[in-house]
Amino acid sequence: MDIAVVAFAQTEHMGEDSGRSEVEILAPIIGEVKERTGLKRFGFTCSGSLDYLAGAPFSFVSALDAVGAWPPISESHVEMDAAWALYEAYVRLLHGDIDTALVYGFGKPSQVVRPDGESGLPELMSLQLDPYYLEPLGLDQVSMAALQARAYLELGHKEDDLRAVAARSRADGRANPYALDLPDPGDDDYEIAPLRPYDCAPVTDGAAAIVLATGDRARELCERPAWIRGADHRIEAHSLGARDLGRSESTTLAGQKAGARDVEVAELHAQFSHEELILREALGLGDDVRVNPSGGPLAANPVMATGLIRVGEAAGWIHRGEARRTLAHASYGPCLQSNLVCVLEA
Amino acid sequence: MPPSEQLLAADHSLAFPGGYTRSVGPVIGRFLTELRDGRLVGVRAASGRVLFPPVEYDADGETVTEEFVEVGPECTVGAYAWVARPRPGHPLERPFAWALLTPDGADTAMVHVLDLGVFEEGAKAPKTLRAGLRVRPKWRGERTGTIGDIESFRPDVTMINAPVEAGYRLSAGHALSRFLGGIGEGRILGHRCGVCGKVYVPMKGLCPVDGVPTTEEVEVPDTGTVTTFAVNNIPDPRAPDVPFVSAYVLLDGSDIAMVALVAGVPAGDVRMGMRVRAVWRPREEWGRTMTNIKWFEPLDEPDVPFDDIKDYL
Repeated sequence: MDIAVVAFAQTEHMGEDSGRSEVEILAPIIGEVKERTGLKRFGFTCSGSLDYLAGAPFSFVSALDAVGAWPPISESHVEMDAAWALYEAYVRLLHGDIDTALVYGFGKPSQVVRPDGESGLPELMSLQLDPYYLEPLGLDQVSMAALQARAYLELGHKEDDLRAVAARSRADGRANPYALDLPDPGDDDYEIAPLRPYDCAPVTDGAAAIVLATGDRARELCERPAWIRGADHRIEAHSLGARDLGRSESTTLAGQKAGARDVEVAELHAQFSHEELILREALGLGDDVRVNPSGGPLAANPVMATGLIRVGEAAGWIHRGEARRTLAHASYGPCLQSNLVCVLEA
Repeated sequence: MPPSEQLLAADHSLAFPGGYTRSVGPVIGRFLTELRDGRLVGVRAASGRVLFPPVEYDADGETVTEEFVEVGPECTVGAYAWVARPRPGHPLERPFAWALLTPDGADTAMVHVLDLGVFEEGAKAPKTLRAGLRVRPKWRGERTGTIGDIESFRPDVTMINAPVEAGYRLSAGHALSRFLGGIGEGRILGHRCGVCGKVYVPMKGLCPVDGVPTTEEVEVPDTGTVTTFAVNNIPDPRAPDVPFVSAYVLLDGSDIAMVALVAGVPAGDVRMGMRVRAVWRPREEWGRTMTNIKWFEPLDEPDVPFDDIKDYL
């Protein structure tokens, strides 16, 4: 069964609270992919979001208003990045009894605010850690990333390598109308050493939607469909101490299974600059591969949509006829715990 | 924007009063129980590897045995992250590090808190923080069976600070007492050797060249010549400013140079052969001590040629 990305839309991502609710952020892009494909209904709908970002259980249910869930639809949700919702929809389409699927993800981290007014996102993400060994320590997301960055630097890399990733990402992001407008890295002090603020993805609100379709239906809906030639995701131990933090074995394995080779463009879900370098090595991407030309997560990181956006951006190169074979990567869990690789082809 | 369209916003917090009640099971439960008793234990996997902290299955999907192994308490630091500005939820309010710690006898690591001492907020990571650092747990006084029963890990003791103080009553001896007596009167006294004729200031009561006692007293003036000198950039309580100059001054009529400060001239202008004179403190401050002479200052006289002082360097 041939399955393709036939439409992609994303919000102009926001670095601060625009006052819009999640469903208000989401509705315009759902409308956009419906208009682009001419589809009013889909065989399957799947979304990715995080209840903790809204501070309410089943918050994804109210977001369904943006889809139009009456008369009743076939729907599912992952409490993960929407790239995994795309994977679920892909598997659902493989059954062969439906020919279209809508996938979307959204996140509004700007509303996660500590009593002192600072972002509470680093601590919030800690609520996903195991409650016995990690969460009670007060270990936050940036600190964990810094541990991984140190493990990577100990392999013989330099902090300047990290800075170069941040500089390139921010420059590319400024050229991307959907990403944030962030200045070149300055003389920032460490956030948590060895990471500096520019090494960390910015707090970003936003959403993205993708339409998948099979075979001839895909050719009807899109002039140049981006065919999914392989998709695979692998997870490794939750415990940081049980892993080789300076490498990403799960990405390597997912890449092998998905057929990640000979790609021209790769969109990587790197929320910290060292993660991009670890991922490049894990996927064996050479210097001839354009990595994160959109600016990547370091230029816009709408949590739970960021991974899906990687797929959409990678598909866009094929839709526009600018590349023949591209790669998208999504990640979830502390320090690149779980990784998804998707290979797209014209 | 008309009032009816003003955006409403409110603070919202999510909490579970009293916290969750969780079953920990036999593996994590054993670890936490031992932790409460001040011991670190790992669990052995079927391969023989010791997993720490214990998990029900290891990362490779291998089953664990029921064998718990005491490990540590000595641990080795792997990766680490320095927190110069702790966030509100962090375990210490002053700079600290997170670290991956592998206890002796274990094959996997745990993340915990590294306390390297007291630092100002924003401080850079200390040089002692590195992979391979050896640390031990600091146990909390009141333990309850949680990961926080270890307050932090602290580096092994590899250095101590040992203050030393010993008291003495030193005697100057006859020759030096006589010399300092002269200084207390504003006179600089030396001895002339009866064999070689050299004049030693201060006198020692013997000639170091000929090894004979000396008794012939000679008074020399407080003018002299700089033979050699050093520019010092580390402050000294006796020196007026940094940089200051310490020099060998060959007093006129003597045959051995004495160490003294040179002031009243920029450090860069001091030179070998420069003529100088002692600056005495006010008479009422004099005692039987060399501090009667503050330092030497330049004299408005031509420099002494190098050949005349080359034997006194």
